[in-house]
Amino acid sequence: MTTAKAEVSAPAATGSTNVRSGIEAPNAKRRKVAGRRTNFEMYSWLFMRLSGIVLIVLVFGHLLIMNVLDGGVHRINWGFVAGRWASPFWQTWDLLMLWLAELHGANGLRTVINDYARKDGTRFWLMVLLYASVILTIGLGTLVIFTFDPSMGG
Amino acid sequence: MASPTAIRGSDAAAQHPLATPGKRRGSLYRGGEGMWSWVAHRITGVLTFFFLFTHVLDTALVRVSPESYNKVIETYKNPLVNLMEVGLVGAVLFHGLNGLRIMTVDFWSKGPKYQRLLLWVILAVWVLVMIPGAYFMLQRTFSDMFGAS
Repeated sequence: MTTAKAEVSAPAATGSTNVRSGIEAPNAKRRKVAGRRTNFEMYSWLFMRLSGIVLIVLVFGHLLIMNVLDGGVHRINWGFVAGRWASPFWQTWDLLMLWLAELHGANGLRTVINDYARKDGTRFWLMVLLYASVILTIGLGTLVIFTFDPSMGG
Repeated sequence: MASPTAIRGSDAAAQHPLATPGKRRGSLYRGGEGMWSWVAHRITGVLTFFFLFTHVLDTALVRVSPESYNKVIETYKNPLVNLMEVGLVGAVLFHGLNGLRIMTVDFWSKGPKYQRLLLWVILAVWVLVMIPGAYFMLQRTFSDMFGAS
């Protein structure tokens, strides 16, 4: 997060000749970069924290039910999933968890890629891969939760 | 995610003549527990992201047919995957607890001061949760492998 913020503010420190001390003269012309700046990084920073709080409840609830209680993965089969998704409560739970976890994770990976990709080309293709995987995961997951057909089990 | 650079602004404060001598100087994070918690936060986060990708794909098989879903889930019911589950729960638990720590450091005025202590607190909570957690998760595997039945 902050690394990206640093990139944004970097031109401010070096862009103009009258800001040697880092303090701009009050009558200095406003640089165009300031007009272009959006709060995207701030919102993504806030989103990480807000989604993180909600995910703690959703994910730990999910892990506890699925992995710890009643023998964990051993009792899980198609019928088990069908039984759970018969309830709108668990459908909503899983849908919300899918969206928040995927966007939270994607935003984290975006930061990681921005930090470590050295070439613009590498960064571009890693981002393409990331966004493609996000669209696939959220799209497929949402479709499956909503179009799940319990009669398949016979 | 609070990166090590986030608190580098406090360099100036740490270099202050009144800063405790003999203690680690400079950045609050660089090289210390704070840095390692940041590294661990990233690693556990990236691992979880890749797991989620796989997990959505395998769960999507419920839409294909009960047989294909059951077939794949069946391959998960073995000691190795069971151990990986414990690892996953451990990674996600650390990520979640450390996330709470990051928020405390961000939003509580005394958070930066106690960030190192907070790390030991969440590590203690991690151990306390993982002991019964691993027990319940591995119980079935142990009884299958070594049990009398």
